[in-house]
Amino acid sequence: MIRSLAKRKKMKVTISYLVLIPFLVFFLFPLYWMLITSFKTDTEITSLKGIPLVIQSKPTLAHYKKILFGTEFLVWVKNSVVIAGLVTLITMAISILAAYAISRLRFFASQYFGVGVFCTYLVPPTLLFIPFFKVVGSMGLLNTKWALLFLYPTFTVPFCTWILIGFFSIIPRALDEAAFVDGATYIQMLWKVFLPVAAPGLIAATMFAFTVSWAQFLYPLAYIYRADEQVLTAGIYTTLIRGDVYFWGELMGAALLASVPVVILFAFLMDYYIAGLTGGMLR
Amino acid sequence: MAISASTVNRRRSPTLLSRLRSRRYAAYWMVLPLVLMVIGLVVYPFFYSIFLSFENKKETKFVGVRNYERLIRYGTFWLVVGNSFRFTLTAVFFKASLGLALALILNNLPFRGQRVWRGVSLIPWVMPLALSSLGWWWIFEPTHSAVNWIFVQFGITPKPWLSDPNWARVSTIVTNIWFGTPFFMIMYLAGLKSIPQSLYEAAEIDGAGATQRFRYVTLPMLRKLIAITMMFSTIVTFANFDIVRILTRGGPRYTTHLFGTYAFNIGIETGHLPRGAAIALFMFPVLGLAAFFILRNIARGEE
Repeated sequence: MIRSLAKRKKMKVTISYLVLIPFLVFFLFPLYWMLITSFKTDTEITSLKGIPLVIQSKPTLAHYKKILFGTEFLVWVKNSVVIAGLVTLITMAISILAAYAISRLRFFASQYFGVGVFCTYLVPPTLLFIPFFKVVGSMGLLNTKWALLFLYPTFTVPFCTWILIGFFSIIPRALDEAAFVDGATYIQMLWKVFLPVAAPGLIAATMFAFTVSWAQFLYPLAYIYRADEQVLTAGIYTTLIRGDVYFWGELMGAALLASVPVVILFAFLMDYYIAGLTGGMLR
Repeated sequence: MAISASTVNRRRSPTLLSRLRSRRYAAYWMVLPLVLMVIGLVVYPFFYSIFLSFENKKETKFVGVRNYERLIRYGTFWLVVGNSFRFTLTAVFFKASLGLALALILNNLPFRGQRVWRGVSLIPWVMPLALSSLGWWWIFEPTHSAVNWIFVQFGITPKPWLSDPNWARVSTIVTNIWFGTPFFMIMYLAGLKSIPQSLYEAAEIDGAGATQRFRYVTLPMLRKLIAITMMFSTIVTFANFDIVRILTRGGPRYTTHLFGTYAFNIGIETGHLPRGAAIALFMFPVLGLAAFFILRNIARGEE
């Protein structure tokens, strides 16, 4: 009886792994295809001979050299880092204060703020990008990367506030009462009690703010038309696609390089990311 | 009770009163940046968008509902409406089904394997969509690329992936499924972990087989989560921009446009901002409805 149960369990695991394979192929094939394309020579990419699923001739670094030294790629990297970094700082400053107040302090209509924040989070960028064009224009920021500094917080702040409310509200109230009795001010309480205890939430929120800002495509595409003000996503799309068939190697190399920071961040902080994502929705 | 306690405090110690008062003010100061941002960059643009959609192309004259009227009379707009719904419903259906299947599979794996493969499966979701869409664009290239080559090896005729309306729709949907399935998986996996093991044991004692356990324990326990996740995904999928913009730019002949890409095309590319605003605003009822269902589900969960 026991042995058959163990056997059944082993069988279940084996079958699960077998069914997992097609999923993994589906998920990873595009990345593999991008990777080998970026190392193939142009002649190999456009050749119709042999098996395209492997690199047949000698792999080349020519595309990467071209990306790094023959295009504005490094400028876009700098712009992306500056914008995503600053947006993350702004987002965290606004979100931490707001989430703390909403989850702990009672004030006028405070119980509706959580719902309001969530509703704002559900507003997708495609709903408001047309009026933003006018808003950005009236601020004189059209065609500069600084426009993004104002626009990205519209989706990072609501989401980060929302997940931080979740992380803050599970902190036991006894902790703030203890700090309050000791005569701590609200800011001290936030700084000395909440932030250290909610550190995993802060890491998750920081990561979200950064990766979502890094990945945004619509806003830079809609408001920035100069290569030297572009960020990575839109810069690669508007500049590296040329009118012939020989751009694939460069394009794939650039897309992969631009994804690396986000994927590395994820690899190290996966657990926080998942806790933030599921916690934010499951609450 | 609370009120009487605070009145007692108020009479006894003015320092505590000032602290309470400062507490209230402190809260206002803390939410102020958020409130200003939401009013300035979400609420105001939304109403401004409605105002803008009533103007003519040069934004010099108020033309009432003419932009909406024109859109409704054009066949192109209805192509966009039809495609947006088809895109959203198909993609969400497949993402939800595949996500659930994947979550069930991963849930069977031993701890370490589960952790690793869960992480690997999340990569499509973590990677910036605009960049992975470039990869898919290349995959669907008809003569030199992967999909058609594989098709030929299996004796299937190559398909004009991005130049035929129906295949182009398939391509955009497949890319969206690739991107969104991991999100469903991670939600459902978290949900599966929250189901008490005792329920399964009880069902097993009652003689329930694997399918019955799934049908009568897993599904009912996940029902709310499935609903919330699908509604949430409906919003995100319906409002998608990156995939269609990169794969097809809405073509061939406007057949793959979504509201977002069509609004971009009319509003930014041809410079008719008011009509672009009108197109984007057509999304609002669907988004609002989905948001309403999410909120209702969440509120119910808190009872």
